[in-house]
Amino acid sequence: MSDLTDALVEDLDGGFAQVVRWYQGSLLGTALRLTGHRASAEDLTAEAFLRAFRALRDYDADRIAALDLRAWLVTVLLNEHRNTIRTATRRPALSGAPLPDRPAHEPGPAEVAARADPDLAAALARLPAVQREAVVLRHVADLDVPAVAAALGVGEGTARSHVSRGLARLRTLLASHDRSAS
Amino acid sequence: MTDSLLARLSPPAVEKDLSGAVMDTFTTTAGPLGDVLVASSAEGVTYLRPVGDVDGFRAEYRRRLGRPLVPGTTGPSIGARTPVDLRACSSFERDVLDATASIPAGQTRPYGWVAREVGSPAAVRAVGTVLARNPVPLIVPCHRVTKADGSLGRYMLGEEAKARLLADEGADLEGLAAFTAARTVLVGSDTTGIACLPSCHHARRITDAHRVSFRSAAAARDAGYRGCTVCRPGW
Repeated sequence: MSDLTDALVEDLDGGFAQVVRWYQGSLLGTALRLTGHRASAEDLTAEAFLRAFRALRDYDADRIAALDLRAWLVTVLLNEHRNTIRTATRRPALSGAPLPDRPAHEPGPAEVAARADPDLAAALARLPAVQREAVVLRHVADLDVPAVAAALGVGEGTARSHVSRGLARLRTLLASHDRSAS
Repeated sequence: MTDSLLARLSPPAVEKDLSGAVMDTFTTTAGPLGDVLVASSAEGVTYLRPVGDVDGFRAEYRRRLGRPLVPGTTGPSIGARTPVDLRACSSFERDVLDATASIPAGQTRPYGWVAREVGSPAAVRAVGTVLARNPVPLIVPCHRVTKADGSLGRYMLGEEAKARLLADEGADLEGLAAFTAARTVLVGSDTTGIACLPSCHHARRITDAHRVSFRSAAAARDAGYRGCTVCRPGW
């Protein structure tokens, strides 16, 4: 999306409004799969956008023009997610890591429709973090393997194996869940 | 070959516009001393400055707040009840601004009073620094904070503006200046044995015949007075 990086170089604030409109759907979806929780996903995505803006503030025009915005934003989102979990672990009194599903109140129909697949969220939550992240970046955010590897800070072979092991584990978890449900 | 798990992973459309949560807006609006530039988040006013240099306003906003800012259509009305968003401030800054916001209209408190209220009585200069860069003047009334002797002191919009704002709020500036000239920092009532800051509304009710002036809290204490629990002059 070189149009968007052009817009950012032209006017960082106005260009960023376009970036938010363009990418918020895919970032929210990715955040939803990472957290399993609608409200956390919205907070996480908004925080990631703000963190991205603070980073862009210090980038010169060449660096902004060279950005692969989508992969970069997903990476910022992932790092923000990891920070949130670290903070929640350090200060468990403050709400803690969000658990999938289980809203405190009775959800309305719109909320039920918007909340995605609690069984999948529960299965994702049971994966080791790095496998969950690899699967979500590859198959939810739709990054290619080199971008997933860069975001995770691992080699491409390692990234590929995290993705395939994560997928295999997910299949097992979901299959056993479906059996016990029926 | 379609893989049902991969299809299941692909996220549902989340119909939610985060623009309001991410993008702050700014506009020109009327303040008590004329037009001001005011920036707001979804939570409230984040930054306010006198109208003028828009580019400087936006540059300072980017540097201090670090949040994206675009032109908006409507601004809030500026007053004590205007909601503010001070999340970009440190906890000390927030405490100082909260204490300052508690000063009633038309009254003044010295910097040292704010320092005591936030539990850091020695941090008088730090309080001055925070108020000198108050992100939301006019809403958080830093114009009601004075020097220790009660003289008005500096103000980011100018000393004249400080006097005008206080006068418009009903402050008796001549009376306060007379106390300053007499080096009176507290006034007591010899019928109640209570001492107040000169602008406290309890102090204003003391009749001339019963008013006792003090040059320090220690002097009032030695004379057997106690501090007013409303204006909390520091005891």
